[in-house]
Amino acid sequence: MSAVIQIDDAVKSYLTGDVEVRALDGVSLRVEEGEFVAIMGASGSGKSTLMNVIGCLDKPTSGQYALAGQVVSGLSRSELADIRNRFLGFVFQQFNLLARTTAVENVELPLVYGGVGSRERTERAVSALVKVGLGSRLDHKPNQLSGGQQQRVAIARAIVNRPKVLLADEPTGALDSKTSVEVMALFQELWRAGMTIVIVTHEPDVAAYAARIIVMRDGKVLSDRAQNPASAAAAR
Amino acid sequence: MSPFITVRVATRAVLRNKMRAFLTTLGIIIGVAAVIAMMAIGAGAKAQVEQAFAAMGTNMLIILPGSTSAGGVQGGFGSMPTLTWEDLTAIRNEVSTVKYAAPTLRSNMPVVSEDQNWTTGITGTSPEYFDIRSWPVSMGAAFTQGDVDAATNVVVLGQTVVDKLFGASADPVGQTVRIGTTPFVVVGVAGKKGQSATGQDYDDAAFMPVTTFARKIQGGLGKYIQGSIAVAAMSADTTSKAQRDISDLLRDRHHIAAGASDDFSLRNLSEIAGAQQQGADTMTTLLASVAAVSLLVGGIGIMNIMLVSVTERTREIGVRMAVGARPSAILAQFLVEALTLSLAGGVLGVLLGVGSAQWLASRFHWATLIQPEVITVSVAFSALVGVVFGLYPAHKASRLDPIDALRFE
Repeated sequence: MSAVIQIDDAVKSYLTGDVEVRALDGVSLRVEEGEFVAIMGASGSGKSTLMNVIGCLDKPTSGQYALAGQVVSGLSRSELADIRNRFLGFVFQQFNLLARTTAVENVELPLVYGGVGSRERTERAVSALVKVGLGSRLDHKPNQLSGGQQQRVAIARAIVNRPKVLLADEPTGALDSKTSVEVMALFQELWRAGMTIVIVTHEPDVAAYAARIIVMRDGKVLSDRAQNPASAAAAR
Repeated sequence: MSPFITVRVATRAVLRNKMRAFLTTLGIIIGVAAVIAMMAIGAGAKAQVEQAFAAMGTNMLIILPGSTSAGGVQGGFGSMPTLTWEDLTAIRNEVSTVKYAAPTLRSNMPVVSEDQNWTTGITGTSPEYFDIRSWPVSMGAAFTQGDVDAATNVVVLGQTVVDKLFGASADPVGQTVRIGTTPFVVVGVAGKKGQSATGQDYDDAAFMPVTTFARKIQGGLGKYIQGSIAVAAMSADTTSKAQRDISDLLRDRHHIAAGASDDFSLRNLSEIAGAQQQGADTMTTLLASVAAVSLLVGGIGIMNIMLVSVTERTREIGVRMAVGARPSAILAQFLVEALTLSLAGGVLGVLLGVGSAQWLASRFHWATLIQPEVITVSVAFSALVGVVFGLYPAHKASRLDPIDALRFE
């Protein structure tokens, strides 16, 4: 197995007034291909900042970060955009779908910026939607879909570019418990098919479905342990 | 991202808020419409002036004799005859820049047909006069140099005089009219020329050989020309040169010492036309700049709404960045959106402007002239307005931090 994520001694500091706040205070992390990792921690623990660094949305103040073997900590905004487009898929708490835009067009969005041709784009978007169980909702707009269905569209959008890592930030935060289990079952299904998944959550119930749990506190990794994941499919 | 998709995304974003898009572009619509209508009015006025002067005769100079000076009261130009028939011959033969020269003697007299009479301006002249005025004869023929030499009693009538004496569609050639006590044979009708810039009817006129005029109307052919001389220069470019040449010749012939004032006056009609056109141009520029200011105001309206749009769609920008949109793609998206707004405004403005120009033309009988290049320039200018005023909001959008944008409520 090779490392998909390799972070060495990452520091992220902000100046709040005259006080320097360290959101990340020397974090080192290695995630192998095919892992399912849950990052936990209270708010202010630095888990969101770590997520943003892994997602190439933010750069560490110091330290090195290599994604899929490529050092990305020194890249420009445009280069980071290309890295996100090729190697990463995002799922957000609030779904963040484009309003008044059909499911297929929402899923096509990463391919549009990846320069994929029109026909292939539609084919891949449709097959991603079929994979998340929305083959019958292709032309529905977000306001015609339930919360769980919207999150499935978002997951289809995140996997349509065949990313190296699927990143999810509180993916069940806006869903009821039944729908949450369904969405987690989908993540587990993708993981079993070989996808590397990193989710950020503060809910132990959600983290239970992952195979590895990292707990953050005050910008540092407090614990990092493997676990036997609970089966979401069985919980349904 | 391909340009086609960028345009499609921008068009969709614009169409999502149709009312807002329309109100935003209203500034551009009104600006462009104003530019086009104003330029059409200006160009129409200019064309009218040009036409009026073309009707008077291009390359035309008029030589007026000098003034009398009696008891300190100076008469106007033409009040004392100083131009001789020999001067006319000299101008014709010695000045190379002169194409034609014709004497013009004028008097208002009633012209009487069998059952009608009409008082009109009668001009005694030579056949070249019709060439100088670029005024073809529509029926019959002009009188000839032979008529001038023999002082025959022939007359060429203007269309208005024909209408009054013989009726609108009559052919008077060969008929006899009486002027004073003398019968004249109508040999031709001068083609319809219309009105001068000041509203004078060119066609209310009659022409006869200058010799006949001098004998029958002025009562004798003397040494001096009791009128003026009309001159056509070789071309429009040589008109000023002809003016200097004639002035030199006449000063020499009249033995006027250097420094003494002329005893004649030269009028250059193309200069007057030029001044009038300059006036029309100034007016057009003035109107167009006022209209251009409204285009600028329209541009500020677009910038305003684009800034609102960027703020409203902050999360969308965040999502697009997260899935891999480069800052340049976001910049292009909002720039094209501003461009779409301003171009749509430009095109609608062209339609409105052309419509208003035509309405003004039909309602108030204003002369308007729509120039294709004005349309091109105003559409291009509205596009430029879109780019210039869209740049700041688009730049702002492209510099957003994706993390902040995704968190934006």
